Amino acid sequence: MTPLLEVSHVCYAYHTLSGETQALTDLTFSVDEGEFFVIVGPSGCGKSTLLSLLSGLIPAEAGSIRLGQSPLTGTRTKIGYMLQKDHLFEWRTVYRNVVLGLEIQKRETPENLAHVEQMLSDYGLAAFRDSRPSELSGGMRQRAALIRTLALDPSLLLLDEPFSALDYQTRLNVCDDVYEIIKKERKTAILVTHDLSEAVSMGDRILVLSKRPARIRRILPIHFADGSMTPMERRQAPEFKDYFNEIWKELNENGS
Amino acid sequence: MDREQVSSRQEAYIREHRRHHHLVAFLRFLVFFLFLALWEASTYLHWIDAFIFSSPSRILQTIIDMSRDYTIFRHTGITLYETLLSFVLVFLVSFLTAAVLWFSGTVSEILEPWLVILNSLPKSALAPLLIVWLGANTRTIIVAGMSVAVFGSIISMYTAFRETDEEKIKLIYTLGGSRLQVLRCVVIPSSIPSLISILKVNIGLCLVGVIIGEFLAAREGLGYLIIYASQIFKLNYLITALIILCVIAFGLYQIIQKAEHSIRKTRSL
Repeated sequence: MTPLLEVSHVCYAYHTLSGETQALTDLTFSVDEGEFFVIVGPSGCGKSTLLSLLSGLIPAEAGSIRLGQSPLTGTRTKIGYMLQKDHLFEWRTVYRNVVLGLEIQKRETPENLAHVEQMLSDYGLAAFRDSRPSELSGGMRQRAALIRTLALDPSLLLLDEPFSALDYQTRLNVCDDVYEIIKKERKTAILVTHDLSEAVSMGDRILVLSKRPARIRRILPIHFADGSMTPMERRQAPEFKDYFNEIWKELNENGS
Repeated sequence: MDREQVSSRQEAYIREHRRHHHLVAFLRFLVFFLFLALWEASTYLHWIDAFIFSSPSRILQTIIDMSRDYTIFRHTGITLYETLLSFVLVFLVSFLTAAVLWFSGTVSEILEPWLVILNSLPKSALAPLLIVWLGANTRTIIVAGMSVAVFGSIISMYTAFRETDEEKIKLIYTLGGSRLQVLRCVVIPSSIPSLISILKVNIGLCLVGVIIGEFLAAREGLGYLIIYASQIFKLNYLITALIILCVIAFGLYQIIQKAEHSIRKTRSL
């Protein structure tokens, strides 16, 4: 089986007049269909840059990225991107926010709109359809943002620390919610985070990046005895601590 | 019991608030009437010369006379029409220009210093030039009205556009949007509060520009009335025109303020 996403020998550097800053060096990895792939690394190591490359927002300087059978080009309709903040627009109702992507891509077909309606009611937002985003709780906002991304039916979902703006308690709940939604919609996801417990509680495999310029330290497969656990249940499982320590060690060896 | 106590305190608070509010409103008018009374009395007692300083009663008489032959409405109407037209044109021109500047970074880099220079130019100095170029007519006056507001308006609108949250712009790109869609879906909607405050500034500036234009190139309008009255020493006319200008400026500002309130309400900003 060919992997859904193949990244090979990707490099990227930022250029300013005072010099160039190497952000990513020679990254090679692949993500399989249906997998929940997590990328962790110290802050400022270029995790967000990597996501921007994967989403096609910026082109790689060297190496190649393939999605499915074809190389990644400027058109990125197959990739959904969830940013750190929900960025719901206050001047639109929740519904109009959620269909924003469809509106932009002019894909407001009856099937797509029906899918949106279905997701709104499945994930507890139907009653807030015509509300303003400010009337939603932090968790609901994040769910609305996820539905906005899923409305375009992407084959790959990129999550850029989508929980970092939430308080701790909301964060644990939203983490469960989002995980459940992604599994239910059978999406492949790449999550970028600096929170190790979040990484272990959600990931099928974890890629550990080094400090800038980022290179791959390790790709660690995660196996829990019960494969159908929610992130919250995983946090209480005995394996959790071991994985956490392993990644912790990997990141700290990095520092020295 | 406890509840009643709180509510009676609340009542006292509201009563106090209202009392203060009424007192302020009353004193405002009192200041105004005292001023009028002092003015009237000073002319009556010959402390000041009513021929030069006019007086409230003479102004009232002037307003009545000018209403009878409709000249007051003609002059006010002309000035109002010219101001509103230049206001609308300033909005259209500066909105489109700001959009183009936002759209192309290179264009804005090239034009920015020129806009700053044009904006710092004293626009009243342009009016004589406009007369030569465009003739002594309404067109000149409207262009004069525009010239005072338009450059500042372009700069402010462009600044407002540029201050749009980069992450929100990125969101539109991640949803597959084009730069035009970024403009339509994020940049313009999120700039609306700034656009409204720019409009508030513009309406006042347009009025200034129109009056300058009318000073130099008009046969009608309040600016013309002011210049004409000063030349033939009809100070009653002049001060009447000034009072009408005050009312117009206040009224136009209030209209935009009302519009702002209703926009904020419907968009819940």
